[in-house]
Amino acid sequence: MNPESLSFIFLNAFLINNFVLALFLGLCPFVGVSAKRDTAFNMALATAFVMFVSSTCAYAINQVLITYELEFLRLISYIALIASSVQLVEMILKKFSPALFRALGIFLPLITTNCAILGVALFQTSRGYDFLQSVSFSLGGGAGFGLAIILMAGLREKLELSNLPNITQAAALSMMLAGILSLTFMGFAGLGTTA
Amino acid sequence: MANQNKEDTPITMDVFTAGIWKENPVFVMMLGLCPVLAVTNSVENSLAMGLASIFVLVCSNALVSALRNFIPKQVRITTYIIIIATFVTLVDYIIQAISLDLYNKLGAFIQLIVVNCLILGRAEAFASKNSFGKSVISALGMGLGFTLALVMLGGVRELLGAGQLLGYQVFSLNFQPWIVMILPPGGFIVLGSWLLLINYFEQRKTGKLVAEDSASHCTVSQPRS
Repeated sequence: MNPESLSFIFLNAFLINNFVLALFLGLCPFVGVSAKRDTAFNMALATAFVMFVSSTCAYAINQVLITYELEFLRLISYIALIASSVQLVEMILKKFSPALFRALGIFLPLITTNCAILGVALFQTSRGYDFLQSVSFSLGGGAGFGLAIILMAGLREKLELSNLPNITQAAALSMMLAGILSLTFMGFAGLGTTA
Repeated sequence: MANQNKEDTPITMDVFTAGIWKENPVFVMMLGLCPVLAVTNSVENSLAMGLASIFVLVCSNALVSALRNFIPKQVRITTYIIIIATFVTLVDYIIQAISLDLYNKLGAFIQLIVVNCLILGRAEAFASKNSFGKSVISALGMGLGFTLALVMLGGVRELLGAGQLLGYQVFSLNFQPWIVMILPPGGFIVLGSWLLLINYFEQRKTGKLVAEDSASHCTVSQPRS
């Protein structure tokens, strides 16, 4: 059992230990899908949703595994769980909100290999969060991922219009930008403990 | 589903060396960035992460390639992930047994090798289409390239962030360490700098640096082919 309060867990995942900028999780979509602000927003929404669903299910699965002393199967079950919850989210969205489903497009299945999702499941297990704490952690993580990717997309949209030296093509510039963003997020470290 | 033409080509040195530099997974293909940035605050961690990734990459590619004619196409991705997850669980327990200290330093990032896009990418793009021997050689090259990139990052970050290299003091004790280098922003900045440097030399070699046309600055988001 972990004594941290719900609001602290949320803030911790959201700002202090931001998944992208402090823990380096989910960098592939962060670099790949941050060229436009509206796609970034959709991606953030889908990721946050899958994160919430899979974190809740991971908590339940972990309880089952502990009951039967099958902890060594944890990684495989989490991966299978995330893949199936992505499928589930896909089906639900298709049924109830076709517009959002179309807007997300290819990003939805790609969330399966987003390490931030698996990261949430693994961290909440290793820190021994209970159910409500896990929910708060996953919501904070999703919001933090969204904040980072939308900030990045905004910066990159501005940079499209500026005259940059040729060598900053490809991901080099994105990395530098992410470094500066990460530096600014270090300022939140005073709010609580790091790592 | 096995590509007959590709299997007939002999195993050349190119298969091995491509992954090390020309198609380096980190600097050229930008795959598997999460562990690259997260654990490279020292050379020791980088090496351990590199070795663990090589092990998982080689074993999973060997198995995928050996089973490539038996895996139904519809469930191939799931099968690959299960194969990878099995080897990662193995590595996780092995590192825990060898050095608990290292295990605590790397933390959840050993288990996160599962979602390293490099490994799944190689299984899907190479091992599922090529012979056993070729896949193993290629995986070894890719793994070495990945480790090289990790050590290049870890070296710079440890040198500037702590004034040490592999635990040995390099600079005099009066050296004021750049703490930022071993903190998260340092990872982004060092990787960005390496990419800039590599881009610079690449373009000087092809002579593109001088001929900078006005359209080129729109290519920021384009991945290098």
